[in-house]
This record gives sequence, C-alpha cells and structure tokens, in this order.
Amino acid sequence: MSFPWAQQYKPATEFGQWMDDRLPIGRLVYNSLGAGYPTPRNLNYMWNFGSLAGVFLVVQIVTGIILAMHYAANADIAFDSVEHIMRDVNSGWMIRYAHANGASFFFIAIYLHIGRGLYYGSYKAPREMIWLLGVVIYLLAMATAFMGYVLPWGQMSFWGAKVITGLFEAIPLVGKPIQELLLGGFAPDNAALNRFFSLHYLLPFVIAGVIIMHIWALHIPGSSNPTGVNVKGKQDTVPFHPFYTAKDGWFVGLALIFFTAMMFFMPNALGHADNYIPANPLSTPAHIVPEWYFWPWYAILRAFTFDFLFVPAKLLGVLAMFSAILVWFFLPWLDRSPVRSGDYRPRFKKFFWFGLIPCIAILGYCGGAPAEEPFVMMSQLASAYYFAHFLIILPLLSRIEKPEPLPNSITEAVTGKPLQQAS
Amino acid sequence: MVRFFGILIGLFFAGMLVYSFGRGAVEYISNPPVKAVEYQFHEEPKDVSFTSDGPFGKFDNQQLQRGFQVYKEVCAACHGIRLVAFRNLEELGYTEDEVKAIAANWPIEAPAIDPATGEASTRPPIPADKFPKPFANDVAAGAANNNAIPPDLSLITKAREGGAPYVYSLLSGYSDPPAELPEANRPGIGLHYNAYFANLNIAMAPPITGDDQVTYSDGTNATVSQMAQDVSAFLIWTAEPSLVKQKQTGWAVLAFLLIATILAFLSYKSIWADVKAEKKKKEA
Repeated sequence: MSFPWAQQYKPATEFGQWMDDRLPIGRLVYNSLGAGYPTPRNLNYMWNFGSLAGVFLVVQIVTGIILAMHYAANADIAFDSVEHIMRDVNSGWMIRYAHANGASFFFIAIYLHIGRGLYYGSYKAPREMIWLLGVVIYLLAMATAFMGYVLPWGQMSFWGAKVITGLFEAIPLVGKPIQELLLGGFAPDNAALNRFFSLHYLLPFVIAGVIIMHIWALHIPGSSNPTGVNVKGKQDTVPFHPFYTAKDGWFVGLALIFFTAMMFFMPNALGHADNYIPANPLSTPAHIVPEWYFWPWYAILRAFTFDFLFVPAKLLGVLAMFSAILVWFFLPWLDRSPVRSGDYRPRFKKFFWFGLIPCIAILGYCGGAPAEEPFVMMSQLASAYYFAHFLIILPLLSRIEKPEPLPNSITEAVTGKPLQQAS
Repeated sequence: MVRFFGILIGLFFAGMLVYSFGRGAVEYISNPPVKAVEYQFHEEPKDVSFTSDGPFGKFDNQQLQRGFQVYKEVCAACHGIRLVAFRNLEELGYTEDEVKAIAANWPIEAPAIDPATGEASTRPPIPADKFPKPFANDVAAGAANNNAIPPDLSLITKAREGGAPYVYSLLSGYSDPPAELPEANRPGIGLHYNAYFANLNIAMAPPITGDDQVTYSDGTNATVSQMAQDVSAFLIWTAEPSLVKQKQTGWAVLAFLLIATILAFLSYKSIWADVKAEKKKKEA
C-alpha cells in the first residue's frame, strides 16, 4: 500500500521494461527506498538511526565474512588465530577493529532508534507490528553480539559465556539441561565455541530477514513523524528519494567519521583488557562484565539480592532481566494514550526525560561497575523505576493525562499554513 | 487485561526491588562496608607518556631497540613473547642480517624435529620463527617460579588495565612495605611488595634492580626509570605492531570521509532548499 499520490515507477530503458514485466525488482526498490515512497516532510534527525543501524549491520556482515576466512573456531587456536589476523593478515587489524567497534556502533544506532520509538510513540497503532519485529531484531542482535564476544576466546569471552549460560541454570528442573544444550557440555569449551561461531554467522542473516519484514510492515502505514499526526495529503510528504536518501546519506558520513575515529585511534576503548588474556578455566577474572550494551540488563539481573518465598534471588534476577525486554512486546497495549508524540504529552515527557532516561543511564553505569555497594542499591532503585515506568506509570498515565492540542496537519506544523486538500 | 496483569507484575518487581533496596540500605548504614586493605595502599599507574601516544604518535625506533635490549637481557629468561616473530624486529630498524644474528644467537632454541631420527629436538631460531617460549609448558614454568607462571608479554600492555603506564609503574614501583601495612597484607615467602599490583604482593622479584643494569649502545643513561620506560615502549609495539600504521590510515580515512560528508551535506542542503524555504516563511 502507499499513498495515492506516490510517484509511479516508469522503467527508463527497454530492458528495464522487459525486467519489470518479468521480475519487478526495480519497482520494489523504487517503492521501498526510492521516489515511490512518500515520507512525512518533518522527520527530525532521530529518524536517521534506522538506516544507520542498517549500514552498520552491513559493515558487520562484510567484515565478519572476511574475518571468518582467517578465524579458526577451535578452543586451542581461536585466540592465536585472532592475533594472526591482527599481525599477519594484510590489514587484518582494520577488519577486526571495524568488526569489534562496529558492534558497538550498531547498538548505539539501535538504542537511539528504540529511544525514538519510545518517545514519539512509534509503537502505537497502526504500527504495532513494526515495533514487535523491532524487538525481535534487538533480541537477535543481543544473541549475536554475545556469541561474537565469545569467539576471540579470551578471559572475558570464556567467563562471559559461563555467566550468561549459567543464567539458564536458575530455571527450575529444565535449567541445567538447557545450559548443557547451549554449551554442548558442562562448561564452555570447544563444543560451545563451535556452535557459537556457527550461530554467530547464521543470526545476522536472520536479522536481515526480519529487517525486511520490519520495513515491509513500515510501508503499510508509512513512517511516523515527530508530531505523531497522520499524513493527510500530498503536501505532508516528500518522496523518500532524493529527500531522505540525501539526509540519511550525509548523516551516515557523519556517523562513519565517529566510527573511524574510534576504530583507528582508540580501538580497544570499549573492550576489556582481560579479553587479551587467553581463556583460562582455572583463573576467574576479578570482575566479570559483559560488553557495555548489555550493562543495563546486567544491572537488573544483579539487583535482586533476596529470595522471594521459594524463588531464589538468582531466578528472580533472570526473570526480571528477561521481563525487562519482554515488556516491550506489550508496550503498544500498555500505553493507551491516543496521542503518539511525546511532544504533546506534558506528563509523559517529564517521566521520559527525568525518569526513564536517567534510570537507564544509572542502570548502564551500575551494570559496568563491580557488584558492590552503593552500586547495587542504585541499580535496585533504578530497576524498580524501570518496571514501574512501563508497567504502572504508562498504563495509568494514558488515563489521567491531558494532552496538548495537536496540529491539524504536518504541513501546518511545519509552515504554519493549513494543508490545502487536493480536490 | 494486559494492563491489569502488567500493573500486577510491575508492582511485584518494583516492590521486590524497593524491599531489597531497603534491606541493603539498612545493612549499608548499620554496617558500612570497609574498603579492603588493598584499596588503601594500592596506587594508580604513574603518569608517564610514550612517543606512540595520541593521534599523531609514532614509535621511537631507538627506544624500541633499547626496550628490546632490556627485554632480552632482563625479561626473556622467564617471559616469552610468543606472538612476535624475529622477522618482525626489522620494523624496529634492525637490518635483515642483524635479525638473522639475533635469531641465531637467541639463548632459547626453537623446537624442531631431528631430520635424522624424527625425534623432538631443538635448533637455533631463524627469522621466520616466533620467539621460543622460555619454558616448555605451564607446569615447567610454575615449577621453576614458585608456582607463579610468568605471563607471556606479547599482549601485556593491552591485557592489563592501565596499559603501558601500568607496566612501567609496576617495573619501577617496587618498594619496602609501608610500616602501617597490616601483617596479613605483608608479602609472604617468595612475594614482593608493589603498590601498583592489584593485591600489593607480586611473585615476580624486582626485575630492574638498579641503574646501569643494561649497557645501552646508544649512550643513553640506563636509569631504572629509563629502562622501565624503554621496555614498556617495546611492549606497546609487541602488543600492537601496526599501531602507527593504524593512526596514519585513520587520518587518511578521516580526511576522505570529511570531504565526502561535506559534499553529501551540501547536496542534502540543495535538495531540501525548496521544502525548507516554505518553513522559513513561517518563521519570518
């Protein structure tokens, strides 16, 4: 579906016409990312991070495929094969540092993309399915990134794998068998490393598949926008190409400047020194921490320090950690405010900027800190707010809040003049 | 329904967390955590700079050669650099012949197979060999060192929090334990006090014991600090041989991206000019 005023695909050449009659792939691209996709004219820069995440996924897939040509997924030689890439493969260091830092930039893009959705209510009808698929992409990305971090087989790889798969152990009855199935043994070893490598190679393509569905679902209602007001006429939109291809294009360049500055001048700043020590099952690192993009969830996991009746604290932490993400699946039905954009929701805006954002920042900070006081207490308060925000505040807020008046149309919001309805 | 159950679950989690916070806070106030003794005496790495620091940093080959000399004469007896090959030394400015000589005269031989009998044997290393490990295996390394296995140094400046300044501080930071250090934290048998080491007591005996422990051929004064700094610089190189190349490539990439991004930005501006003009009218 598209808006009736969308530009129509006209093959420019005879060959294009011939193709279009048989396999209209040019038409598909034209209608998805080209001039055939009318897009709200008022998107701000928060709408740039979806395409940016896509760019970094491509960076990850391309560098990853090259790394896989030189990497050896064997517990005895994995660490040395990574160093072989760093030292002896032509420009191997560049490929590896691009891949290691690319993961972080993918998550930066995806977090800002999710944050955009949370603030502007992009998850609301009729875009629930886009949001749900997005959460699936995020979960797949977390699994992929976690398994990727295990592959260099350093100390943090090994102990991270042990701790994360150990979480499943907390599940009653089936926990232990699940953990052994994940690891292919009782502790991380060659079997675990091999299956992680296999899945780490597979999942990005699954992600790419879900992204296709994510974009497909997006093109049914079309993009949301900062006012949250529906597109009402041709004046409200501009063709995706060249308008948003140009905007996305230069912004990708800007992001790549930050990315390359990171990968060439401080490539290990986001890593952990312990991962340059080969995995050693007999020596536990002083502080086992995952990569930064997992810190908020790790803080929630460690915030539970007391058993509840017969439920041990560890299981509570695991349940809470998974619930913290799973709650996003229910978000479109928890927040029933008919107004999408946070710009027009005075109370929601306060809870978002002074509640949710600081809360996630604190969780992120505490997740990377050692499990000591006062960090545990800070994560307890922040986790309590996190659950309260999504499960209590948002559902109640949509009942009591009086939203500010919405503009009549996107065009009016941008130009101050009413939208001229085409006759 | 979703909201009803949502609120119940939210109340449960938030309640549990607030309760845990309360219990933790009471415990924290009634029983404030005492900082471990290690924290009180532990010191952060000294402030030391290397020529390879910063976005324009370059290796000083003279210093790396001096550092290699310290490594060879002081460290190599116990610590390997198994990821580095003799041929890599050419990057420090040694000629091919010098590298051949360094390899051939290396005190530890490379593992080999006796061509006559097929049995395991050793031979003098050649430039293509990685530096041979000083001990055949971890058991031998532990047995010779009071059960403390000397770590391989190839990646040490990347594998320790604090990097090269930490290595420098550790090497030059041995001292007598302070008088107020509790008995339990004093170095036991075979341990040595070092405030830069995480638990204060390190198994490695002070490797650099005094000035002029090595004799530099370039005439540099071999103070303890100088030797520690030179070998740390050498270990920055072993950990990241392509460090300088990375920075140089980085500048080229940044210059390209900057131009490309400016061009892309200008084309974005020109494409949007008409649409933006409408918006400007509103503001006017």
